[in-house]
Amino acid sequence: MIEIIQPGMLASVQDLGRHGHRSLGIHPGGALNALALSSANLLVGNPADAAGIEITMGVCEIRFRRDTRIAIGGDDIGALLDGKPLPACWSIPVRAGSTLKLALATPDSPEQPPRHSMRTYLAVAGGVDVPLVLGSRSTDLKAGFGGHQGRALRRGDKLPIGDATQAAAAVHGPAFGMRSPRWSGLALREDENSRQVTLRVLPGPEFDQFTNASKAALWSHAWRVTPNSNRMGYRLEGAELKRKHGRDMLSHGVVPGVIQVPPSGQPIILMGDAQTTGGYPKIGVVIGADMWKLAQAPLNASLRLEACDLQAALAAAQEQQRYLDSIRDTVAALDWSRATLYRK
Amino acid sequence: MQGPQIHPLGDSALLCSLPAPATLAQQQRIWALAALAARWEEVGEVVPGMNNLTLIARRPVADLDILTQRINQAWPKLGGAQSEGRDIEIPVVYGGAGGPDLESVARHTKLSIDDIISRHSAGQYVVYFIGFMPGFAYMGGLAPELATPRHTTPRVSIPAGSVGIGGEQTGIYPMASPGGWQLLGRTSLPLFDPAQDPPTLLRPGDRVRFTVERVEQ
Repeated sequence: MIEIIQPGMLASVQDLGRHGHRSLGIHPGGALNALALSSANLLVGNPADAAGIEITMGVCEIRFRRDTRIAIGGDDIGALLDGKPLPACWSIPVRAGSTLKLALATPDSPEQPPRHSMRTYLAVAGGVDVPLVLGSRSTDLKAGFGGHQGRALRRGDKLPIGDATQAAAAVHGPAFGMRSPRWSGLALREDENSRQVTLRVLPGPEFDQFTNASKAALWSHAWRVTPNSNRMGYRLEGAELKRKHGRDMLSHGVVPGVIQVPPSGQPIILMGDAQTTGGYPKIGVVIGADMWKLAQAPLNASLRLEACDLQAALAAAQEQQRYLDSIRDTVAALDWSRATLYRK
Repeated sequence: MQGPQIHPLGDSALLCSLPAPATLAQQQRIWALAALAARWEEVGEVVPGMNNLTLIARRPVADLDILTQRINQAWPKLGGAQSEGRDIEIPVVYGGAGGPDLESVARHTKLSIDDIISRHSAGQYVVYFIGFMPGFAYMGGLAPELATPRHTTPRVSIPAGSVGIGGEQTGIYPMASPGGWQLLGRTSLPLFDPAQDPPTLLRPGDRVRFTVERVEQ
């Protein structure tokens, strides 16, 4: 069991989402940075889609009430396990009574280099064992079901841990690490010093309905992530995007990554908790392989949108899959019996 | 009947939309295509919209053209497909605390409150699609004289079961949420229960009637 000592701004149980129910209005939700949760899960011997905890902007404290193995994915934002730094993508056994603390994500503070620091994922061997609801353990924060009692985690919450596949070995085996996606080549397109994130975008169905000036602005402007951004959508601020005509559209299905342009002309990129249907024109769609970067982009970060084609999108998805496969293969080849116990 | 226009929606979805206007006959073809496409191996989910259908692939699709071809081949053969919709009666307590906007709808439509209730409960509505939130049904069939614009400032929280009018549509809020619709009454029928299978009372194609359980002052 794990106990939430301090949930921080927003922490919730998430897996890779609740799929198959969109025609009933149920959004997929799930970890916004699926790459981070998947890699952390694989590192502790879980299937990629086990449930973990998504922690937003840190200031979180979690105590482990039994021996287990953990890994964090996403940004470590100064994670301390019993006072010792714990980098992301590090798989480590923990003893009952150990405490994980995550600092505040402060991209501007002098102690912390500028970095992408919105979300951190905690995976535990065996996964967070809340009940499956409609095929998923994700918390639907809007509709109030799934996860732990259908809500964000609170101080004092106690979450059961499932049985780990390689329980004893996984818990007591050696600590080891992998290159995090930030350093693995998947993130080479980001310029960390300018805190600018580049997202690859496919033109949306209504791209050609926008004025030429707006189409050009989409690619040439820097877009600021406004503080109104959340698990439903990232609201951007920049140039005003205008359509050639103001014709109304009928509601249609939307997916995470869709860049819709409401009448204000300021685009919104839909995230996992967005409603399943919408009626705003779609100027573009962020490719699936870049959605994790957006999930990590801090508020006020500057985004660049870069046109790409389907072939590039598929190559990026395959590259990401190879990264996850490499973790899975490494963990499968581990000799868990070489036990070197982590001690406080 | 003209076939759908097909647009890629990112690297793993396709949006198929039909030429305007939206009609029940077109929507029935959309449901038929949805039922067929849901059985295709590479399709993970189908999402009917108003006069359109979104197909969501299980993974990024190497060749969206192949899916496009299958849709175009299937479309002409879908004629006459009937929806599997059911007849559902929804008892409504009109007015009172659950229907705070009966008077504003009366002012806008220049109808009496009794007229509004009898016309709203006389209609037969068809669920075109579910969106916005779990179980929220977009229904066609509202008597045109009842159409009333949404509130300019949405309410912060509307109770679950609230029955209202938004423009030319009528619908029910399955759970507490913010919302701008004109509220006529409330039903105590549960519209969304994640423990049930299926979890929503209403599904695309269902035919809905509102019955007057009671009218409150």
